[in-house]
Amino acid sequence: MQTSSGTAAITTPGDEQILITRELTSPPALVYRAWTTPELVKRWWSGGHGPVTVADIDLRVGGAWRFVISGEGGFEVAFHGEYREIVPDERLVYTEVFEGAPADAAASEPPLDIVTFAPSGNGGTTLTILVECHTKALRDLILESGMESGAQGQMDALEEVARSLT
Amino acid sequence: MARAATTADAFNAIAEPRRREILDALAGGERPVGDLVALVGLAQPQVSKHLRVLREVGAVAVRDEGRRRLYRLNGRALKPIHDWVSPYARTWSERFDALDDVLHDLETEDPHADE
Repeated sequence: MQTSSGTAAITTPGDEQILITRELTSPPALVYRAWTTPELVKRWWSGGHGPVTVADIDLRVGGAWRFVISGEGGFEVAFHGEYREIVPDERLVYTEVFEGAPADAAASEPPLDIVTFAPSGNGGTTLTILVECHTKALRDLILESGMESGAQGQMDALEEVARSLT
Repeated sequence: MARAATTADAFNAIAEPRRREILDALAGGERPVGDLVALVGLAQPQVSKHLRVLREVGAVAVRDEGRRRLYRLNGRALKPIHDWVSPYARTWSERFDALDDVLHDLETEDPHADE
Protein backbone atom coordinates (compact mmCIF):
# COMPACT_ATOMS: atom_id res chain seq x y z
CA MET A 1 0.00 0.00 0.00
CA GLN A 2 1.63 3.20 -1.13
CA THR A 3 0.59 6.51 0.31
CA SER A 4 3.91 8.07 -0.47
CA SER A 5 6.52 7.82 -3.13
CA GLY A 6 10.14 7.55 -2.15
CA THR A 7 10.67 8.06 1.53
CA ALA A 8 8.56 11.07 2.45
CA ALA A 9 5.54 9.79 4.39
CA ILE A 10 2.50 12.00 3.85
CA THR A 11 -0.58 11.66 6.01
CA THR A 12 -3.59 13.80 6.89
CA PRO A 13 -4.08 13.73 10.68
CA GLY A 14 -7.06 16.07 10.30
CA ASP A 15 -9.16 17.55 7.53
CA GLU A 16 -7.19 20.77 7.45
CA GLN A 17 -3.74 19.26 7.96
CA ILE A 18 -0.94 17.58 6.07
CA LEU A 19 1.80 15.79 8.00
CA ILE A 20 5.11 15.01 6.35
CA THR A 21 7.51 12.73 8.22
CA ARG A 22 11.05 11.78 7.30
CA GLU A 23 13.93 10.08 9.10
CA LEU A 24 17.32 11.64 8.42
CA THR A 25 20.72 10.25 9.38
CA SER A 26 22.18 13.67 10.28
CA PRO A 27 21.69 15.27 13.72
CA PRO A 28 19.04 17.99 14.29
CA ALA A 29 21.58 20.85 14.37
CA LEU A 30 22.73 20.07 10.84
CA VAL A 31 19.22 19.62 9.47
CA TYR A 32 18.21 22.91 11.08
CA ARG A 33 21.22 24.55 9.45
CA ALA A 34 20.28 23.17 6.03
CA TRP A 35 16.75 24.54 6.62
CA THR A 36 17.81 28.05 7.62
CA THR A 37 20.96 28.86 5.62
CA PRO A 38 20.28 30.48 2.20
CA GLU A 39 23.25 28.87 0.42
CA LEU A 40 22.16 25.44 1.64
CA VAL A 41 18.44 25.95 0.96
CA LYS A 42 19.41 26.78 -2.62
CA ARG A 43 20.88 23.33 -2.97
CA TRP A 44 17.88 21.26 -1.91
CA TRP A 45 14.63 23.19 -1.79
CA SER A 46 13.67 22.78 -5.45
CA GLY A 47 14.24 19.04 -5.20
CA GLY A 48 15.75 19.04 -8.67
CA HIS A 49 12.97 21.19 -10.13
CA GLY A 50 15.36 23.83 -11.38
CA PRO A 51 17.75 26.30 -9.76
CA VAL A 52 16.68 28.19 -6.65
CA THR A 53 17.38 31.73 -7.76
CA VAL A 54 16.25 33.48 -4.57
CA ALA A 55 16.62 32.22 -1.00
CA ASP A 56 16.08 35.16 1.35
CA ILE A 57 15.93 34.30 5.02
CA ASP A 58 15.47 36.85 7.80
CA LEU A 59 15.63 34.39 10.65
CA ARG A 60 13.86 36.16 13.50
CA VAL A 61 10.29 36.11 14.74
CA GLY A 62 8.35 38.37 12.37
CA GLY A 63 11.14 38.11 9.80
CA ALA A 64 10.34 37.20 6.21
CA TRP A 65 11.54 34.43 3.93
CA ARG A 66 11.17 34.06 0.19
CA PHE A 67 12.32 31.25 -2.10
CA VAL A 68 12.06 31.29 -5.89
CA ILE A 69 12.65 28.37 -8.24
CA SER A 70 13.33 29.04 -11.88
CA GLY A 71 11.79 26.13 -13.75
CA GLU A 72 11.59 25.12 -17.38
CA GLY A 73 11.43 28.04 -19.83
CA GLY A 74 12.07 30.57 -17.05
CA PHE A 75 8.74 29.70 -15.39
CA GLU A 76 9.09 30.89 -11.81
CA VAL A 77 7.65 29.20 -8.75
CA ALA A 78 7.79 31.47 -5.72
CA PHE A 79 6.88 31.02 -2.07
CA HIS A 80 7.21 33.41 0.83
CA GLY A 81 6.23 33.63 4.45
CA GLU A 82 6.99 34.94 7.90
CA TYR A 83 8.73 33.27 10.81
CA ARG A 84 6.40 32.95 13.79
CA GLU A 85 8.43 30.82 16.18
CA ILE A 86 12.12 29.94 16.24
CA VAL A 87 13.77 27.42 18.57
CA PRO A 88 17.25 26.79 17.14
CA ASP A 89 17.93 23.13 16.26
CA GLU A 90 14.45 22.13 17.48
CA ARG A 91 11.49 23.87 15.96
CA LEU A 92 10.42 26.39 13.36
CA VAL A 93 6.96 27.80 12.72
CA TYR A 94 6.36 29.92 9.65
CA THR A 95 3.67 30.82 7.18
CA GLU A 96 4.00 29.62 3.61
CA VAL A 97 2.31 31.45 0.76
CA PHE A 98 2.43 30.14 -2.80
CA GLU A 99 2.60 33.27 -4.92
CA GLY A 100 0.84 31.59 -7.83
CA ALA A 101 -2.15 30.45 -5.79
CA PRO A 102 -5.68 31.11 -7.10
CA ALA A 103 -7.10 34.39 -5.84
CA ASP A 104 -9.56 32.82 -3.41
CA ALA A 105 -6.81 30.73 -1.82
CA ALA A 106 -4.49 33.74 -1.71
CA ALA A 107 -7.12 35.80 0.09
CA SER A 108 -7.47 33.35 2.95
CA GLU A 109 -5.19 32.90 5.93
CA PRO A 110 -1.87 31.44 4.72
CA PRO A 111 -0.92 27.88 5.62
CA LEU A 112 1.27 27.53 8.69
CA ASP A 113 4.21 25.12 8.64
CA ILE A 114 5.27 23.66 11.99
CA VAL A 115 8.63 21.96 11.55
CA THR A 116 10.19 19.89 14.32
CA PHE A 117 13.75 18.55 14.32
CA ALA A 118 13.72 15.79 16.94
CA PRO A 119 16.76 13.67 17.79
CA SER A 120 16.27 10.03 16.85
CA GLY A 121 17.85 7.11 18.64
CA ASN A 122 20.75 6.64 16.26
CA GLY A 123 22.11 10.19 16.23
CA GLY A 124 19.83 11.19 13.38
CA THR A 125 16.74 13.34 13.14
CA THR A 126 13.05 12.62 13.00
CA LEU A 127 11.77 15.49 10.92
CA THR A 128 8.08 16.36 10.93
CA ILE A 129 6.37 19.11 9.00
CA LEU A 130 2.78 19.76 9.98
CA VAL A 131 1.04 22.00 7.47
CA GLU A 132 -1.99 23.70 8.99
CA CYS A 133 -4.06 24.70 5.99
CA HIS A 134 -7.01 26.20 7.94
CA THR A 135 -9.55 24.84 5.44
CA LYS A 136 -10.07 21.41 3.90
CA ALA A 137 -10.41 23.01 0.46
CA LEU A 138 -6.96 24.57 0.67
CA ARG A 139 -5.49 21.37 2.14
CA ASP A 140 -6.85 19.42 -0.84
CA LEU A 141 -5.61 22.03 -3.29
CA ILE A 142 -2.10 21.83 -1.85
CA LEU A 143 -2.10 18.02 -1.89
CA GLU A 144 -3.24 17.94 -5.49
CA SER A 145 -0.74 20.44 -6.76
CA GLY A 146 2.65 19.32 -5.55
CA MET A 147 5.11 21.52 -7.39
CA GLU A 148 4.50 20.15 -10.83
CA SER A 149 5.53 22.32 -13.72
CA GLY A 150 5.03 19.67 -16.35
CA ALA A 151 8.64 18.79 -16.93
CA GLN A 152 9.12 15.57 -15.07
CA GLY A 153 11.72 14.16 -17.47
CA GLN A 154 13.85 17.24 -17.11
CA MET A 155 13.43 17.14 -13.34
CA ASP A 156 14.77 13.62 -13.17
CA ALA A 157 17.75 14.62 -15.29
CA LEU A 158 18.53 17.56 -13.03
CA GLU A 159 18.35 15.35 -9.98
CA GLU A 160 20.91 13.01 -11.53
CA VAL A 161 23.25 15.92 -12.12
CA ALA A 162 22.86 17.09 -8.54
CA ARG A 163 23.76 13.64 -7.28
CA SER A 164 26.85 13.45 -9.48
CA LEU A 165 28.15 16.70 -7.95
CA THR A 166 28.42 15.32 -4.44
CA MET B 1 -0.07 15.79 18.44
CA ALA B 2 -3.70 16.89 18.54
CA ARG B 3 -5.93 15.13 16.07
CA ALA B 4 -8.50 17.28 14.38
CA ALA B 5 -11.87 16.06 13.18
CA THR B 6 -11.53 13.73 10.25
CA THR B 7 -13.90 13.12 7.41
CA ALA B 8 -14.46 9.51 6.37
CA ASP B 9 -12.89 9.83 2.96
CA ALA B 10 -10.63 7.20 1.44
CA PHE B 11 -7.44 9.14 1.93
CA ASN B 12 -8.04 9.68 5.62
CA ALA B 13 -9.09 6.04 5.97
CA ILE B 14 -5.73 4.84 4.75
CA ALA B 15 -3.76 7.49 6.66
CA GLU B 16 -4.04 5.27 9.76
CA PRO B 17 -0.94 3.02 9.96
CA ARG B 18 -2.80 -0.08 11.19
CA ARG B 19 -5.26 0.19 8.35
CA ARG B 20 -2.36 0.32 5.91
CA GLU B 21 -1.03 -2.87 7.53
CA ILE B 22 -4.39 -4.51 6.96
CA LEU B 23 -4.37 -3.41 3.32
CA ASP B 24 -0.82 -4.74 2.94
CA ALA B 25 -1.97 -8.09 4.33
CA LEU B 26 -4.89 -8.15 1.91
CA ALA B 27 -2.60 -7.33 -1.01
CA GLY B 28 -1.58 -11.00 -0.91
CA GLY B 29 -5.16 -12.16 -1.43
CA GLU B 30 -8.51 -12.64 0.26
CA ARG B 31 -8.38 -13.37 3.99
CA PRO B 32 -10.74 -14.05 6.90
CA VAL B 33 -10.72 -11.69 9.90
CA GLY B 34 -8.90 -14.28 12.01
CA ASP B 35 -5.89 -14.16 9.69
CA LEU B 36 -5.80 -10.38 9.87
CA VAL B 37 -5.96 -10.44 13.67
CA ALA B 38 -2.91 -12.71 13.72
CA LEU B 39 -1.02 -10.71 11.11
CA VAL B 40 -1.65 -7.23 12.45
CA GLY B 41 -1.40 -8.14 16.13
CA LEU B 42 -4.52 -6.29 17.30
CA ALA B 43 -7.57 -7.69 19.06
CA GLN B 44 -10.46 -8.71 16.83
CA PRO B 45 -12.76 -5.79 17.80
CA GLN B 46 -10.07 -3.30 16.74
CA VAL B 47 -9.41 -5.12 13.48
CA SER B 48 -13.15 -5.24 12.78
CA LYS B 49 -13.40 -1.52 13.48
CA HIS B 50 -10.59 -0.77 11.03
CA LEU B 51 -12.18 -3.07 8.44
CA ARG B 52 -15.46 -1.22 8.83
CA VAL B 53 -13.76 2.11 8.09
CA LEU B 54 -12.02 0.60 5.05
CA ARG B 55 -15.31 -0.87 3.79
CA GLU B 56 -17.10 2.45 4.17
CA VAL B 57 -14.71 4.10 1.74
CA GLY B 58 -14.64 1.14 -0.63
CA ALA B 59 -11.02 0.20 0.03
CA VAL B 60 -11.97 -3.37 0.91
CA ALA B 61 -14.87 -5.60 -0.05
CA VAL B 62 -16.33 -8.51 1.91
CA ARG B 63 -18.20 -11.70 1.10
CA ASP B 64 -19.53 -14.53 3.22
CA GLU B 65 -18.34 -18.05 2.59
CA GLY B 66 -20.23 -20.42 4.83
CA ARG B 67 -19.61 -19.09 8.35
CA ARG B 68 -16.53 -17.12 7.38
CA ARG B 69 -16.37 -13.51 6.28
CA LEU B 70 -13.66 -13.01 3.71
CA TYR B 71 -12.12 -9.60 3.05
CA ARG B 72 -10.34 -8.52 -0.09
CA LEU B 73 -8.61 -5.43 -1.38
CA ASN B 74 -10.42 -3.20 -3.84
CA GLY B 75 -7.44 -1.81 -5.74
CA ARG B 76 -9.57 0.30 -8.05
CA ALA B 77 -10.82 2.34 -5.10
CA LEU B 78 -7.27 2.98 -3.96
CA LYS B 79 -5.61 4.04 -7.17
CA PRO B 80 -7.11 7.56 -7.23
CA ILE B 81 -5.79 8.08 -3.71
CA HIS B 82 -2.30 7.24 -4.76
CA ASP B 83 -2.60 9.39 -7.88
CA TRP B 84 -4.03 12.24 -5.87
CA VAL B 85 -1.27 12.58 -3.33
CA SER B 86 1.65 11.52 -5.52
CA PRO B 87 2.64 14.97 -6.87
CA TYR B 88 2.93 16.36 -3.36
CA ALA B 89 4.68 13.25 -2.05
CA ARG B 90 7.04 13.33 -5.01
CA THR B 91 7.89 16.98 -4.40
CA TRP B 92 8.88 16.21 -0.84
CA SER B 93 10.71 13.00 -1.71
CA GLU B 94 12.76 14.91 -4.25
CA ARG B 95 13.47 17.65 -1.75
CA PHE B 96 14.56 15.11 0.84
CA ASP B 97 16.83 13.37 -1.67
CA ALA B 98 18.54 16.68 -2.35
CA LEU B 99 18.61 17.50 1.37
CA ASP B 100 20.33 14.17 2.05
CA ASP B 101 23.08 15.18 -0.35
CA VAL B 102 23.50 18.56 1.37
CA LEU B 103 23.61 16.97 4.81
CA HIS B 104 26.11 14.39 3.61
CA ASP B 105 28.38 17.24 2.49
CA LEU B 106 27.94 19.07 5.81
CA GLU B 107 28.89 15.93 7.73
CA THR B 108 32.03 15.37 5.72
CA GLU B 109 33.27 18.94 5.27
CA ASP B 110 35.66 20.87 7.50
CA PRO B 111 33.36 22.05 10.31
CA HIS B 112 34.65 25.61 9.93
CA ALA B 113 34.70 25.72 6.14
CA ASP B 114 31.66 27.94 5.80
CA GLU B 115 32.26 30.24 8.72
